[in-house]
Amino acid sequence: MSILIDKNTKVLVQGLTGKTGTFHTEQALAYHGTQMVGGINPKKGGETWEGSKGEKLPIFATVAEGRDKTDANASVIYVPPAGAAAAIIEAIEAEIPLIVCITEGIPVTDMVKVKARLEKSSSRLIGPNCPGVLTPDECKIGIMPGNIFRKGSVGVVSRSGTLTYEAVFQTTNAGLGQTTAVGIGGDPVKGTEFIDVLEMFLADAETQSIIMIGEIGGSAEEDAAQFLRDEAKKGRKKPMAGFIAGRTAPAGRTMGHAGAVISGGKGGAEDKIAAMEAAGIKVSPSPARLGQTLVEAIGR
Amino acid sequence: MNIHEYQAKELLRGYGVPVAKGVPLTSADEAEAAARQLPGPLYVVKSQIHAGGRGKGKFKELGPDAKGGVRLAKTVEEVVSNVKEMLGNTLVTKQTSEAGKQVNRLYIEDGADIDRELYLSILVDRTVGRIAFVASTEGGMDIEQVAHDTPEKIVTVPVDPSTGLGDAELKQLIEAYKLDGAAAEDAKSLFPALYKAFTEKDMSLLEVNPLIVMTDGHLRVLDAKVSFDNNAMFRHPELAELRDVTEEDEKEIEASKYDLAYVALDGNIGCMVNGAGLAMATMDIIKLYGAEPANFLDVGGGASKEKVTAAFKIITADPAVKGILVNIFGGIMKCDVIAEGVIAAVKEVGLKVPLVVRLEGTNVDLGKKILRESGLDVVPADDLDDAAQKIVAAVKGN
Repeated sequence: MSILIDKNTKVLVQGLTGKTGTFHTEQALAYHGTQMVGGINPKKGGETWEGSKGEKLPIFATVAEGRDKTDANASVIYVPPAGAAAAIIEAIEAEIPLIVCITEGIPVTDMVKVKARLEKSSSRLIGPNCPGVLTPDECKIGIMPGNIFRKGSVGVVSRSGTLTYEAVFQTTNAGLGQTTAVGIGGDPVKGTEFIDVLEMFLADAETQSIIMIGEIGGSAEEDAAQFLRDEAKKGRKKPMAGFIAGRTAPAGRTMGHAGAVISGGKGGAEDKIAAMEAAGIKVSPSPARLGQTLVEAIGR
Repeated sequence: MNIHEYQAKELLRGYGVPVAKGVPLTSADEAEAAARQLPGPLYVVKSQIHAGGRGKGKFKELGPDAKGGVRLAKTVEEVVSNVKEMLGNTLVTKQTSEAGKQVNRLYIEDGADIDRELYLSILVDRTVGRIAFVASTEGGMDIEQVAHDTPEKIVTVPVDPSTGLGDAELKQLIEAYKLDGAAAEDAKSLFPALYKAFTEKDMSLLEVNPLIVMTDGHLRVLDAKVSFDNNAMFRHPELAELRDVTEEDEKEIEASKYDLAYVALDGNIGCMVNGAGLAMATMDIIKLYGAEPANFLDVGGGASKEKVTAAFKIITADPAVKGILVNIFGGIMKCDVIAEGVIAAVKEVGLKVPLVVRLEGTNVDLGKKILRESGLDVVPADDLDDAAQKIVAAVKGN
């Protein structure tokens, strides 16, 4: 088992015809035959997309048409920031169950509108400003490098792309491998929070341990820690390792990710680390020791 | 992007928000004429810098008993003498660094007779994913302190984006502030106007501290702090002219030209990393091994050779930098592109400090080969722990 995506997931690409969409669609097709089933471009409906190695996919004018003709149950979005919120809303209106938005730099007021629309739908949005979701040997949605993954037992959830790669690489080297890795994204307003993904990992039989990587800003890590404490009281618990980026970040400065900012005295790393440790997560002081820390958490 | 108080008030005035009459100036010669444009008999002289806590701030060049960065004056002559004393000097506040900020601009404003001081801000409440009003009767104070000491005195009112600020939210705010009479009437137009300004101009923060009830019973925005969402600047060309680059770090301005996320810090190890999380983690691990980072720098996911070269030049131009750590986990970013960008930069500007490079991910072997064969004095590292230890050792050995 895995969470969110597997070998049966059929994926549409919004923004397929751009440079980024094309590159990552080629990579996804090459990754254990991820079922990329078509692209969306309102001006190129009916045409055919061709990759650099001769791969071909149909292009549809709308997401709804693409879903009807391909039975797609997921969509990945590479549309530039100005049009990305409209692309997400189009996917919600087409009732796509899983929407993954990679785009970085969407205005936050746009995401506020998307979030309100999302709450009235049955779609799940991952991101934006995220690396996507990957289930080893089955399906790759987004921009994560497939070669560092190995099928296994660790669930990975992270607000940071490159730190997700660190966690994946280190758990692969430790011989553990992954069930699914989920990048929830670095924006302040996003579709999926830690709690949502942790719930799925706790419910997934194959996921035997979890790595959770947070960063400064907001209180999603504290909320997740409270959720884990509550679940543990019900007997639902798995060994966990964690990491928080930004212990040395100055207050009031946005550190790359729009959501990574300590503001109004809130969102600092130390509070998050304390909350996570209180919830039984073994927090690594170093991003280079995520795998090792998880091995220790499993062993204790 | 942050703007000055006088610019924020000008912008809000355009939305029908009640603000005092005021005149900005950059030279003491303008002071008398500026004051004479105002009705008197009370004037306020306010330092215009991108930092809060100005009233309690201290000017470095003046004695410890000198007044702060916001001063009252009762005559035009007093305005002029205060302007002369303040302009060009360096104000240190709770929100600036110890170095402070030079006051290049003052705002002379018509004084107000204050009955009550309130706090209002509008921001994006990320826990609910909505724009929210934050209201408190404790205005004119440090709101972080209020939140810490008396959290029950802070009321948060989120707004549904599909309906906007409705009657129910207005009522909640008016009750939270205990407004009545003219002030309650004013609130019914003021709060929607502030919400409109926030959403139309894509602000990330609009803070009014204090919002005042005057002795005549009406509301007035006495101070205003506005920040805009950098991600939305593409649809607001009209806001670009409000940017004051003298308030920003030179290296950060240079970095923004290349779309690099860069934050200047106080340490001596320059960092170049891909990904915001990994860039923060790299700073953290430098600290863990006993040194301090000179900067945060995320070159981004798909950086070109030119962008890497620009990033490297910004780091080496900082005289505080005594060593450089390049940490790349290539997902989209290819290690060979990083290697070539670093080599191009070193050929152009030279390399006078130790350089440790850790590469992992896409095309890692090619990247390492390019560095090895370049003849440059690059210290390779196996992983992030190894890299951090090597650069800290190299810097401390100097």
